[in-house]
Amino acid sequence: MNLKKTLAAVLAILVYGQIAMADDIRLAVTTSFHNSGLSDVLLPEIKADLDLEVKLLVVGTGQALRLGKAGDVDAILVHSRKAELAFLEGGFGTHRREIMFNDFVLIGPSADPAGIAGVKTAVEALQKIAGAKASFVSRGDDSGTHKKEAMLWQGVKGVGDVPTQGWYRAVGAGMGASLNTASGMNAYIMADRASWLKFGNKGDLTLLFSGDPVLFNQYAYLPVNPELHPHVKKELAVKLENWLAGPKAEKLISDYKIGGELLFTFNAK
Amino acid sequence: MLQSETAQKTVHNTILPLTLTGAIAKIRGKTIVGPINLTIGPQGFTIVMGPNGSGKTTLLRLMHGLQRISGGTVTCGLPDAQARVRQSYVFQTPIMMRRIVVDSIAYPLRLRGVDKKTARTKATDWAERVGLGHALDRPAPVLSGGEKQKLSLARALISGPDILFLDEPCANLDGRATREIETILRQAQAEGTRLVMATHDMGQARRLASDVVFMYGGCVHETGPATAFFSGPTTPQAAAFISGDIVE
Amino acid sequence: MNEITQGLAEAGRLIFSLDPDLLEIVALSLRVTLSAVVIASAIGLPLGAWLVVNRFRFRRHTIAVLNALMGLPPVVVGLVVYMLLSRAGPFGVLDLLFTPTAMIIAQVIIITPLIASISHQTIRDLWAEYHDLLISLSATRRQRIAALLWDGRRALLTAMLAGFGRGIGEVGAIMIVGGNIDHSTRVLTTAISLETGKGNFAFAMGLGFVLIALAVLVNLTIHSLSRTERASVW
Repeated sequence: MNLKKTLAAVLAILVYGQIAMADDIRLAVTTSFHNSGLSDVLLPEIKADLDLEVKLLVVGTGQALRLGKAGDVDAILVHSRKAELAFLEGGFGTHRREIMFNDFVLIGPSADPAGIAGVKTAVEALQKIAGAKASFVSRGDDSGTHKKEAMLWQGVKGVGDVPTQGWYRAVGAGMGASLNTASGMNAYIMADRASWLKFGNKGDLTLLFSGDPVLFNQYAYLPVNPELHPHVKKELAVKLENWLAGPKAEKLISDYKIGGELLFTFNAK
Repeated sequence: MLQSETAQKTVHNTILPLTLTGAIAKIRGKTIVGPINLTIGPQGFTIVMGPNGSGKTTLLRLMHGLQRISGGTVTCGLPDAQARVRQSYVFQTPIMMRRIVVDSIAYPLRLRGVDKKTARTKATDWAERVGLGHALDRPAPVLSGGEKQKLSLARALISGPDILFLDEPCANLDGRATREIETILRQAQAEGTRLVMATHDMGQARRLASDVVFMYGGCVHETGPATAFFSGPTTPQAAAFISGDIVE
Repeated sequence: MNEITQGLAEAGRLIFSLDPDLLEIVALSLRVTLSAVVIASAIGLPLGAWLVVNRFRFRRHTIAVLNALMGLPPVVVGLVVYMLLSRAGPFGVLDLLFTPTAMIIAQVIIITPLIASISHQTIRDLWAEYHDLLISLSATRRQRIAALLWDGRRALLTAMLAGFGRGIGEVGAIMIVGGNIDHSTRVLTTAISLETGKGNFAFAMGLGFVLIALAVLVNLTIHSLSRTERASVW
């Protein structure tokens, strides 16, 4: 009876279960943090130092905040100050600890049809893109990056609060997927520096503008409120926070470079 | 009371006689067969004859409970469901399960809760009785037409039915296979099984019948002992049928 | 074109180096989808047979709904399962979210209508053939279902393989309920999605070829073990 043998084999595979693990904690992080590759550096060190398995849920800031609100993760690491403060105000988190920052950059076709290279401010750059009606890809997914971009557009004249013209393409996707789209369309896009440097499908795109302080991108760590969700791992969340804000993390973050470029600036206090 | 119980047992614990009273079969509101008044007595070999479309198959199905009855009654002293367990049916086109021969024959016993080993042993006996001893492990669907019908017979007889209905079992078979099947049927009759068979084959009918039911236009047109029927049919349609004329 | 050949090369490298991360991902993919197929079959096959042998008032409607559910969007299933298993949801206390179990649950919901619907069609044909015999033999309803499932087993394997195909290639639902956590809930499809997001097309393609190879391998194994190609006669 071959069928029985097959079934037995299938069952054997199913019986093979999960191996019990050491302490673990669920941390929702933004795609930019993960795509930068920094998590691959930090996680093994955390495991070694704290014997703590950090299970990363790589999502957009919006979804990360939702996961925290529902108590489906123990802490979140995101970069959208306004949304974070609202999160705390709602009582969903205990506090907010700033860890590090990176910055956003404007990417575009190397020919730079809108001529944004060399302008003074980010808003000015966007104004030029709008003026040239050059294709611009927006995350459009309510992520931290998208929120920052939307904020900048508010200062741009002649497009309303958020552009709705044909050259403005809101793709509703993560950083990587949006970069893929921009690469395919040879369009302008705003991205975090880390994601951009790690991105493997640059095509004709190049970094055209950076350095405006308004583009700084602060990452903060927020433990989920245990009063609201008694099951969250409060002690482990604190342990992880102290490590992330500690000297070991400072050294690792400050040493993490791609192509000689510093990706994150440690600023935890 | 006591006497009648004893009498029934001597006729091998039978559900017979089987009686149809004003039995009617309708399909989509149209009467196909009936009303039929007929008694299948405790012993013998009844041959059901009649032209195509005269209702032979429907009559058999009605008696076996495969055809829902739309009027009148079919009674045999037991409720329908229990009665059917003690009946068997052989279809004109053999229905072959996707199993090997021995398991196909054993299936009715398995349904009755007989354990696999016992059922297989009995099925092997029956396969040998019907001449399928060489093919025990062959898939039933790949047997020849004659072999399939022999399997059907073994499967129908293994449960020791009181009555066996056969719907033109030899319609598609050659002379040799037909003879082999007739031998099996005679044995079954000798062992006390009541047989009711529809057939078109006049020679077969003469060889086997103890009595005849002649169907015409959905009704029992003529019925009686075989000798009387074949030597002196009382209706012109039966006479024409026997002589080989086309009966309209 | 270049990236496709790179992807093939990458797939070759991944397979022949027996990359431990890859093996882990493949093992989890198989574990999740095979579990889901087994559970969905345990529900879907008898359901398909039951719908064949039973006549009841809303039978046609039930079958129509079942057929429609075959096209259930995985993302929606994922979202619903997420909301059910979320700490804020009714089954939050079970702590199943972001575990392989959650992924299996989502896939069972996606696959079961497919298996039930295909098996219903297969069994309906077999029932048409067996109907008179099984009624004549006074088989009970349960015995009829058993006979149809057993005798139709080889054709029903096709239904199960279709379920496997839908499950192993599914990403929308398991991404949401599994979370694509490294070394925990990452499977081939979510890994492909992740690598695509990083712009690592060659690596993503490599994983994609591994996925296709895996699906082909499972199909061939099942077919050769069960000799499905003879299903028409036997």
